[in-house]
Amino acid sequence: MWRRLLNRRIRKRVTEIALPWGPFGIDPYGIDQDYVAFAMGCIEPMYRKYFNLQTVGIEHVPASGRAMVIGNHSGGLPFDATMVLGSLFFEMEPPRLAHGMVEKMAQEWPVASPLFSRVGQLTGLPEHAIRLLEDDRVLMVFPEGVRGLGKLHSEKYELKRFGTGFARIALKTGAPIVPFGLIGMEEAYPVVSRLEPLSKILNVPYLPVPAHGVPWPKPVDLQLRFGEPIRLEGDGNESDEVIEAHVRTVMDAVAGLLAAGRAER
Amino acid sequence: MKVVITGIAGVLARGVAARLAEAGHEVIGIDRRDWSDAPPGVQVVRADIRKRPAEDVFRTQRPDALIHMATVTHLSASADVRVRVNLGGTRAVLEHCHRYGVRKALFIGRHTVYGAAPDLPLYRTEAEPPMASSTYPELADLVAADGYAGSALWQWPEIETAILRLVYILGPHARGPLASLMARPRVPVVFGFDPLFQFIHEIDAARAIALAAETPLRGVFNVTGPPPVPLTLLCRKVGAQPVPVPEPIFRHVPGRFGFAPLPAGAIEHIKYPVVVDGRAFAEATGFAHELGEVETMAQFAARRGRASL
Repeated sequence: MWRRLLNRRIRKRVTEIALPWGPFGIDPYGIDQDYVAFAMGCIEPMYRKYFNLQTVGIEHVPASGRAMVIGNHSGGLPFDATMVLGSLFFEMEPPRLAHGMVEKMAQEWPVASPLFSRVGQLTGLPEHAIRLLEDDRVLMVFPEGVRGLGKLHSEKYELKRFGTGFARIALKTGAPIVPFGLIGMEEAYPVVSRLEPLSKILNVPYLPVPAHGVPWPKPVDLQLRFGEPIRLEGDGNESDEVIEAHVRTVMDAVAGLLAAGRAER
Repeated sequence: MKVVITGIAGVLARGVAARLAEAGHEVIGIDRRDWSDAPPGVQVVRADIRKRPAEDVFRTQRPDALIHMATVTHLSASADVRVRVNLGGTRAVLEHCHRYGVRKALFIGRHTVYGAAPDLPLYRTEAEPPMASSTYPELADLVAADGYAGSALWQWPEIETAILRLVYILGPHARGPLASLMARPRVPVVFGFDPLFQFIHEIDAARAIALAAETPLRGVFNVTGPPPVPLTLLCRKVGAQPVPVPEPIFRHVPGRFGFAPLPAGAIEHIKYPVVVDGRAFAEATGFAHELGEVETMAQFAARRGRASL
């Protein structure tokens, strides 16, 4: 069985994640230690070799307690999310597991749907976000959503409009926001077309066509830069103007990290 | 306390009755079915809850509390029978409570009323609307009965009404929908889906209901046991083989090839989880489950002479 073939070092590291694991190595949200080990086993060679990812400022992610890690979305396909997952897992002591918020549509895909759930990537619903934070977990948010993921190479490192839901959730739950910028994914997967007519027919948000033709990122060195935690003051019931100012603060922090990272390369 | 339990011949209701009788309460059961070896302190009246003899129990005995457990849950019953018993019966007994001065009413419902769909969250709270009428049309009567019972809170505020939404009941004797599905050696699952399933041991469930009867309680409460487990793991641990069936042909499979029958609407509830938050009940009553997921599944398997796969 596949569970016996898991990398033992990674498998052991998974048990060190501070989650309320039950008798079957499953947590109350259905996260399965074996699936996490499998996912991390797939991510590790990409993380260490293929993208040679350099993490800067991992100390800004709290070692325990609730937090939201929020950054830019890029690269056509959601490899950027796996790199953030990898960073929190491989660089933190003890490792932490970030919960991503998955596109609702993915819940309807056979095989993919339980795979996402078993590694803690739940449907993107405010109820999930709030509950996970109240359970003192780490939430990974890309407020640009598919607008950011599918951005064209000509728009690289431009931040698309941030959704505002995350700011109200941060205020409601008192979770600190750790901004991050991921640099390099736009070169690894330069999107030249989104094939909008065809994607409409297939009912997917877009089909990212890269300049290099093959729908797989090129081996480009990446840098993941975390910034100092931002603590927003309020209760989440503020007017839209106030919320938009908070969103702007976070967006500026992400933009600053991207600029700093690009200057260093 | 004098307690009327409707549907007392059911496995769970017997557990509740025995527990309340042992605690010194006087229990009167109403059921069309018989319970011949009822323990001392439990009186069984064989009657249909919608008929005169059932009302006579309320009129002559003047009970302090009602625990309404007479709902038809097996989906082999026709929709018409289900609506008449589940909705009509609930209405009848709650009206009796109002008319004959019953102080307390407990409606025993189930967590499946929340419904299963890809865009519904895990850990539904009592604040969320029951969606099962659309996700599982065959459960519409139970959703309606649950909602009607809730209307007692404003219709008859003098009655202390509580609606308990219990997760699936499992254990050596349980015969609910999940137990029926797991009773077969092979269980059809939808290929590529493995939702979390939430269950409680029949002993804990009976304890929770008895506790609710003895505790001041008003409102709607989810009642939960151990954390949920994925469906395929549940199958294996109760000694049943999960058989993945592609969704397009899934509806042709139940009831054939040795699989348990399932209504067409059940598919969403086999693809997606219904997981509820039981914290409000735990806080209101102090309830905590005692039997974990490992023992509960093992007892279910052992009773059927099966071993975990």
